[in-house]
Amino acid sequence: MAGGNPVQSAQNPPAVVASPALVHGVCTVFPRSHYTAEARINVSFIDKDGTRIDLQVAEGDNLLDIAQANDLEMEGACGGSCACSTCHVVVEDPDMFDKMEEPSDDENDMLDLAFGLTETSRLGCQVLMNKELDGLVVRLPAMTRNLQASDFEGK
Amino acid sequence: MRLERASLVCAHCTARIGGRPLLSAVRLSVSLWPSPRRLNSDVASTRPFRVAIVGSGPAGFYAASRLLAKQQSAVVDMYEKLPVPFGLARYGVAPDHPEVKNCEEKFTEVASSPRFNFVGNVDLGNDLPLSSLKPHYDAILFAYGSSKDKELGIPGEQALRSVYSARAFVGWYNGLPEHRDLEPDLTSGEDAVIVGQGNVALDVARILLSDVDALRSTDIADYALQTLSKSRIKRVRVVGRRGPLQVAFTIKEARELLKLPSVSFDPIPGNIMPPESVISALPRAQKRLMQLLAKGSTNDPKTATKSWSLDFLLAPECLHWSPMYPYHLSHAKFSRNELDPSDPYNPSSKVSPKLMSSGKRAQVNIPASVFFRSVGYKSLPLPGLEDLGIQFDANRGVIPNDGFGRVTSLSNSGEPQQLPDGSLISTVPGLYCAGWVKRGPTGVIASTMTDAFTTADAIVRDLADSHNSLLHAPGQSSGLGWDGVRDEAEARGLRATSWQDWERIDAAERECGQKKGKVRDKFGRVQEMLDVILK
Repeated sequence: MAGGNPVQSAQNPPAVVASPALVHGVCTVFPRSHYTAEARINVSFIDKDGTRIDLQVAEGDNLLDIAQANDLEMEGACGGSCACSTCHVVVEDPDMFDKMEEPSDDENDMLDLAFGLTETSRLGCQVLMNKELDGLVVRLPAMTRNLQASDFEGK
Repeated sequence: MRLERASLVCAHCTARIGGRPLLSAVRLSVSLWPSPRRLNSDVASTRPFRVAIVGSGPAGFYAASRLLAKQQSAVVDMYEKLPVPFGLARYGVAPDHPEVKNCEEKFTEVASSPRFNFVGNVDLGNDLPLSSLKPHYDAILFAYGSSKDKELGIPGEQALRSVYSARAFVGWYNGLPEHRDLEPDLTSGEDAVIVGQGNVALDVARILLSDVDALRSTDIADYALQTLSKSRIKRVRVVGRRGPLQVAFTIKEARELLKLPSVSFDPIPGNIMPPESVISALPRAQKRLMQLLAKGSTNDPKTATKSWSLDFLLAPECLHWSPMYPYHLSHAKFSRNELDPSDPYNPSSKVSPKLMSSGKRAQVNIPASVFFRSVGYKSLPLPGLEDLGIQFDANRGVIPNDGFGRVTSLSNSGEPQQLPDGSLISTVPGLYCAGWVKRGPTGVIASTMTDAFTTADAIVRDLADSHNSLLHAPGQSSGLGWDGVRDEAEARGLRATSWQDWERIDAAERECGQKKGKVRDKFGRVQEMLDVILK
């Protein structure tokens, strides 16, 4: 929840290891608990400001847990039990979407209520990472809507 | 559950995800703002930005969550009329939907902030005037939801027996003190009629149709379990004025009812259901819902013990009691409607009364031993809103606002503001709204969350941008928040409950529940809650 606009910190950057081609907004962040795991899968989130965050995660992690562990702005109102649509993500590459298991009826029922539903929408809590999905890129839809004409009805 | 935060990140990412560098940067910029913004920067740099949130349901908590995260100087006091928090998450969400109540974990996390205070058991506007709050806050956010439901306005509706509002019934089985003594009569016959086709109507239907043993481990009120276990209801009809394309319920709730064990579903007649060619061209959500309804249930009516149906194009007219047993409701009379013959399957089509060849309205009697109205909730103005300059919109049942949650003034007496469409409206500085009292009583928790975030963002933006977004001119607010209000509340004999008090009530409810094999056993009366903390 501490997200927001990227702000250039005036402080000294902390020491960085790994990734030799480090650029702003692209670095390796993963839960310490996974640090020693062998299987690492790449996944990237594009937040609502358009900033891309590249992560390495372990097989079996779901996108909601990954996002929350990395303080990305993603809610999981129902705690990841497929009972709300707050962890809605959009898969950037349709081919990658096709590689995923079909969403269940329950997931589709919740997606029906999601803001900004697309052809490649999924619920983050229902997407478990596996090697097939290495390189997955998902976008977080804007959570707060823009003002619409309907907001002025009757005023 | 939160995994441990990574320590190996670049400066940019620390700034955007890690919290501290970002926050210090924001603070720095706030205190360096030039003089035209001194009023707001004064609040941000010298003392906390004091916000009162009225109501502790999802709208209030999501707004608090966003505000506390984005405005480090914000200190939130959340007022609630009951001694316990969570509003409709606790008292509206059905007991057999525990996963939806998981949002309470997030709210509990919000409440753990040292910048958050819960002030329960204080009924603002009734026990304590809103004007008592005003001197001590920089902003007030109304998120008190909808305290009433819409009525049908038909003869017999006000009967004390066998005719209930779905809102009261939901409150009753969820342990809401207001409806503790409803004691619905479910034993005088087998037929229930629910008017309205939204999610609340389907919740009522599901509770009536569920095997009572399936509810025993939930947090449903004990007294409700006892009443439901004696229920004779076998058939539930969920009746709407319009057609299938106009239902308000969502697909999850419909699917759940269609899957209920030993409950069959009467197929929707072919002349009412849109044809396949129409369904396939609908937007995704509506298409999937129509396909589900067309498919119906696989439960065999011959072996099912209970059944339900969706009945369309019927407008309620009046209620009739049995001539032999005057306390027994016998049936409800409906007038028939018809879809617009020129465009019957357009989702926005209007319906019109169906007339017989004689010119009279076609009518139908539907057997009903119990009758529920479920045609929507309604927000009421909190007493004293006008003292703060808020003109409640009674027609729409909302606090007038600019869509972002800034309270607007119809009389143009407030601060003028230009909207994206170029029009000018005036906002009342320092007053905001979120949730159902802002946009009307529709939508699921996710919609309320989005809506509450929008309002919180507006508050943060106003504090940063505008030169006059506070309730008071500089130096006019005590900035004390609840500390400034407490004395008057206590002088009026109020005993406010704190978050720690709620934790004790919560623990006591869980302990009672454990003994009965339930998640929790809610206290159905305010006094029972207070007894826990006063003993």
